[in-house]
Amino acid sequence: MPDATEKKKSTQDNAPFAIRNYTPEQLREVLHKMHLIRKFEEGAEDAYLRGFIHGTMHLSIGQEASALGICMPLTEADQITSTHRGHGHCIAKGAQVDRMFAEFFGKTSGYCKGRGGSMHIADVSKGNLGANGIVAGGIPIATGAALSAKMQKNGKVVVCFFGDGANNEGAFHESLNMAAIWKLPVVFVCENNGYGMSTSSARSTAVANIADRAAGYAMPGVVVDGNDFSAVAEASSNAVDRARRGEGPTLIESKTYRHRGHSKSDRNRYRTKEEIEDWKANRDPISKFEAELMQFGVIDQAGIAAVITAVDAEIAAGIAFAQASPAPATTEVLNYVYTEQN
Amino acid sequence: MDTQPRQLSYSQAIQEAMALALESDPNVFLMGEDIGVYGGAFQVTGDLVERFGAERVIDMPISELGGAGVAVGAAMTGMKPIFEFQFSDFATLAMEQIVNQAAKMRYMLGGDVSVPLVMRFPAGSGTGAAAQHSQSLEAWLAHVPGLKVLQPATPHDAKGLLLAAVADPDPVMIFEHKLLYKMKGDVPEGYYTVPIGKARIAREGRDVTIVATSIMVHKSLEAAIALQAEGINVEVIDLRCIRPIDHETVIASVKKTHRLICVYEAVKAFGMGAEISAMIAESDAFDYLDAPIVRLGGLDSPIPYNPDLEKAAVPQVLDIINSARALVQGKR
Amino acid sequence: MAIEVILPKVDMDMSTGRISKWLVAEGAEVKKGDPLFEIETDKAAMEVESPGTGKLGQISAREGDEVPIGQVIAYIFAAGETATEAVQSKSAAPVVEAPAKAAQVAVVENSTNSPSSEIRATPLARRMAKEKGLELSSVKGSGPQGRVLSADIEALAAKPVPPVSKVAAPIVSATRADDAVVLVPHDSMRKIIARRLTESKSTVPHFYISADCRLDALLKLRGDLNKAAPAKDGGPSYKLSINDMVIKAWALALRDVPAANVSWTDAAMLHHAHADIGVAVSIEGGLITPIIRSAETKSLSAISSEMKDLATRAKSRKLKSDEYNGGSSAISNLGMFGVRDFAAILNPPHATILAVGSGDQRAVVENGAIVPATVMTVTLSTDHRAVDGALGAEVLATFKRYIEHPMSMLV
Repeated sequence: MPDATEKKKSTQDNAPFAIRNYTPEQLREVLHKMHLIRKFEEGAEDAYLRGFIHGTMHLSIGQEASALGICMPLTEADQITSTHRGHGHCIAKGAQVDRMFAEFFGKTSGYCKGRGGSMHIADVSKGNLGANGIVAGGIPIATGAALSAKMQKNGKVVVCFFGDGANNEGAFHESLNMAAIWKLPVVFVCENNGYGMSTSSARSTAVANIADRAAGYAMPGVVVDGNDFSAVAEASSNAVDRARRGEGPTLIESKTYRHRGHSKSDRNRYRTKEEIEDWKANRDPISKFEAELMQFGVIDQAGIAAVITAVDAEIAAGIAFAQASPAPATTEVLNYVYTEQN
Repeated sequence: MDTQPRQLSYSQAIQEAMALALESDPNVFLMGEDIGVYGGAFQVTGDLVERFGAERVIDMPISELGGAGVAVGAAMTGMKPIFEFQFSDFATLAMEQIVNQAAKMRYMLGGDVSVPLVMRFPAGSGTGAAAQHSQSLEAWLAHVPGLKVLQPATPHDAKGLLLAAVADPDPVMIFEHKLLYKMKGDVPEGYYTVPIGKARIAREGRDVTIVATSIMVHKSLEAAIALQAEGINVEVIDLRCIRPIDHETVIASVKKTHRLICVYEAVKAFGMGAEISAMIAESDAFDYLDAPIVRLGGLDSPIPYNPDLEKAAVPQVLDIINSARALVQGKR
Repeated sequence: MAIEVILPKVDMDMSTGRISKWLVAEGAEVKKGDPLFEIETDKAAMEVESPGTGKLGQISAREGDEVPIGQVIAYIFAAGETATEAVQSKSAAPVVEAPAKAAQVAVVENSTNSPSSEIRATPLARRMAKEKGLELSSVKGSGPQGRVLSADIEALAAKPVPPVSKVAAPIVSATRADDAVVLVPHDSMRKIIARRLTESKSTVPHFYISADCRLDALLKLRGDLNKAAPAKDGGPSYKLSINDMVIKAWALALRDVPAANVSWTDAAMLHHAHADIGVAVSIEGGLITPIIRSAETKSLSAISSEMKDLATRAKSRKLKSDEYNGGSSAISNLGMFGVRDFAAILNPPHATILAVGSGDQRAVVENGAIVPATVMTVTLSTDHRAVDGALGAEVLATFKRYIEHPMSMLV
């Protein structure tokens, strides 16, 4: 996405990293994707409430800047692993919302042909190796993908998204250690939204910042405001560059907040309405990004309205596509278990 | 291609297969604990690190879960890892990655990825290593759709099945009995594969069918020789693969002999014998049974340390002989 | 060391025995040889004696339990001896439970409406039996626990025995919850009668011939003989019945026509040296056939007193197995119930059985005139494989001659 030749040097040297390093077109595209993620999740939530969507889903509304900031320095060939709260990562890495909706609706045109659903959403063609239903399940896999990149010398970098809950799993520690000793091109991104389901980081984690864990594995640990797109993009750029240079992994802790509950069955007993309202009203990543873009003249109110209108149309078309798509035949339930079965 | 038979040990056959795979495909690499200069806990990797370098014969930290996941991730992104567990028992530490990730990734992603991963598990009792280093856990993994589970019994099959596993696009788990590593047998030179999911009739017979896996194939063959002296003619099927199972070969044999004994070292309950018995009961071979099916498997006990207890915990040749005798009672 | 009390094998072909009664209570002192308990086998009840002296304990089989032979059912403890763990675990050996309630039986009966489903047979044997039209119930299994194997079917199919046609099994309806139907569990005698007679009637080719015998001379002789009985213990030393005389006459007839005193076996015809006559005795819950051995050699008074003793002990089920097993022929007499004539089912290995009706006053034509006479109708059932029609007629005519000229029985 970023192209050095397109970089527009801001007149203000103290302007945020993103303003200094990305073109207005790139920044407007980021805003478009921010709205796309949020509207996608709102649309999915609405479809869920209407009974079109089976199972449950984990919404990342409020965390959009983190997903987009982290993916900003990645090429299409770079890879990510994602989590159960992975809709934002998927869109940020380039997936189309129509095929995502189709997957949520369990249709053959979905990214996983109706076999995965929300929790396993992926777009391998765009480098998304998949969301993972097991907390920390994707961390060793990202490490392995980075090992592939190193062995194949293909210059790819792998970003590994996980939540604050995962930092207390053995897989996290084993993987960070291996990535460090082998200097693998991987960026570990902990999106700390404050709660592992209901248990706060303060109650579950001995260190003040999850990024502090990096010291144990001799890699840089970076804490960043996950609701500040520019700050996240800057941290990610540094880590991705370091990885691409062959200097090894980085642990980024992106502190953020989810506006919705853990899943659709969350009754929000572990946090107050005031807390949630405070994050929505004062620290919403989209409002913050819009204000920044307007401040630096990248977009105006009318431009934002146009973005929203375009996103609404895209979402409506995506849902229509999903609804019109065929459901898989039950006779094909065994497809994709083994390669010889299809 | 030169395919003259020559004698190699089971572990040499595996090593030769890995060397062939490393030579022929740059994406193949080995990963495990102490598989480099140490040569592997059972000397299976031997000097491969000297021949192929530490970047392709990777000594990993003692991190079975993370290591298994690294192998899964590498397999999903173009590599073909051959992952060695030091003991099959340590698979318990890595079950998350094997069961939730390796086995299901292709399915969850609607066929958009493959996981061409090979895992090797030194398994079984008889070495005095006691309860945490002697188990036969293959049925655990055979219960997971998405995996293939092999149990080669001979040096020939150890090489041919490993090469078939490397060529397979899906995750393949190979359980190697530790007591077989030193066993010698004919192993053709050069590249060849043994088809996955095809049983081998190790001995033809007409009175009773023994379906066996791994080291129990050899115990069954020994029993068959003793039984032949009594006029009991035993057919021994080396299953070779417990997922997928070669139903046709077993069914055809049972239809011929009318009697079935399943012999395996793993704990009897919920094991290969249960699966084969049920499969026969569900098949048209049921109406050809002239005696109840017999299962000989490990006792409901951890593997003990004391050598006599250790032997008592798993089927021995005499148990097989006695079972076969009892089964043909009334027939002659 | 405590002495084991086992359930002994007291009868041929006995695999289990049912404990009908404990004669000594748990904890009681017993001497070696004291009767300990009574067992009921196929045909008899028998007392079992104590194998030692001491205190009876650890009784593990209750009255009504059916126990495999050889199983330990109690112990005799010496003074001061108590149960050891080994004894405890041994004595906990399984007991074949007698059905406790009719209701439980009803459930079982209802769920098995095919007799073949209760037969142990391998799937291959079942399949082969079905293909060959054979009833599994007619096959004796040679496998473990009597399981019918394919080899058993092959052996049976190789024999020239006509296949038995399928007979629908009686289904005991136990669907009604009220007491319109009461199910009484079969005791071993009932089961053995059912099994043996089914086997006989369905595998032996029965052939029947009847004759009327005038009894007037026999009745007169009986009266004379009984009047002449010497006194003994304040009563007559014998009192002959018509049945005693029928036994003797039938034994003599078989002696005179030895070709009819035979048993069929597949290999060869078995000729009996003596007329061992089984006499059906009705007892509570069934019937039993004690045998008068060599009846052709015995006097009427000897037959009479032996028959009395056997009948008395049969009714209390105290016969020894050799007193009712075997024999060369049999007599079933229902005359005392007013039955005029009937045909009896052969009791293998017998080739003949004589069914005896009542002696009634009937109008008989004699020399062109109708005269009153006492007449008894007898029907002989023969195993046609062993006794053909003419041979049967010959032996029956001989019998008739003895009955109608009874003095000849005395010479």
